[in-house]
Amino acid sequence: MASRTILKESQIMKIHYITGIAAIFVVALHIMMRLVVPFEQSLEYDYIIANYKNIVYVLILEAILVLISVHGFNGIRIILLELRQSRAWENMVTVVTISAMIGLIAYGTRTIILANGL
Amino acid sequence: MIMSNTAENKNEKKIRLKVYRENRGQDSGSHYDTFEVPYKKWTTVLDALLYVKSYMDPSVAIRYSCRMASCGSCGMKINGIPKLACYTKISELETSTIECEPLPNFPIIRDLVTDFSRFFDHHKSMHPYIEAKESSVDDTRKGTFSFYQSPEDVDKYLQFSYCIKCGLCYSACPTVGTDVNFPGPQALAQQYRYFADTRDESAKRLDIVDDRHGIWRCHFAGSCSKVCPKGVDPALGIQLLKSYMLGISKNDKVPAKKIEVESIDNRYNSSAKTE
Repeated sequence: MASRTILKESQIMKIHYITGIAAIFVVALHIMMRLVVPFEQSLEYDYIIANYKNIVYVLILEAILVLISVHGFNGIRIILLELRQSRAWENMVTVVTISAMIGLIAYGTRTIILANGL
Repeated sequence: MIMSNTAENKNEKKIRLKVYRENRGQDSGSHYDTFEVPYKKWTTVLDALLYVKSYMDPSVAIRYSCRMASCGSCGMKINGIPKLACYTKISELETSTIECEPLPNFPIIRDLVTDFSRFFDHHKSMHPYIEAKESSVDDTRKGTFSFYQSPEDVDKYLQFSYCIKCGLCYSACPTVGTDVNFPGPQALAQQYRYFADTRDESAKRLDIVDDRHGIWRCHFAGSCSKVCPKGVDPALGIQLLKSYMLGISKNDKVPAKKIEVESIDNRYNSSAKTE
């Protein structure tokens, strides 16, 4: 029954649960940091750029990006695995979700770095 | 089409039985036949179906055996919920119409009879037997030794050993509905039953279920535990197994002690001599 994979399903699910729980905390932190100013002001261009210069804020953003991407794309992988069953489909789903996850993290990180002006 | 037996006493209470009809391999499609069946306080749905078979339509296909919730043969969807027909009284349902359908998540063979092959394949894949290194089946048959288990050891798996493999939990599981490779609550609960047994020494039990379509596809809907006619809680077994796999629970199982006992033959012979 067990298939040959790089990570065991239990290891993947440990990562899934840890990223899910950690995401709750960092998103809560992110929202609280937004709440220190009025909502309209928090959406102003200068304020946002200023936030991107704040290294703590940037680290939280990067953490959110990684945690949500890993948790979310693994969730999509699980849904798609339950939708259809065949070796080709499962391998395709795994490759596509991992590629999309890496792509999104890379693109998001690039945006954070550019806005930060590093 | 409503069929009723006119020979019955008109004062007798009657229930309308709506039975799903389908014959695999024939193009007639599926439909419902309705029968009016007399019933008493203690009449079960199986009794009513057997009445239909005896007096109204002998072609209705049902599977049954013990009529006492021990064999697990007569599982079907009764008013939308998987139940054992022999264990469901008509008077308890409190409806004027009872709808009998085959168990969901199982291929239909005919009418209310479903194919359990895949279900039993999943069950077998769990190695549902005790695997002990130092004791062969032959040794056990000789009856020359026994394993010591404390009541606490037995309590860990006892409820899961009450499973009668009726398939109700499997049919109620939403994951099985979309993922045919998912072993289902029955098989996974049996895996826990042997994993928790101190007589079992298999090191591969957790690996068997640690698969893409294994235990992690259980999303804890809990419907398996709700429909079990024997009071087994498969969802609990699955969560306990998961907690061991995540390292939340430590596997502190102490292997059961092997105790030499007098062989059954010797005991029989010695008791025969004294008599």
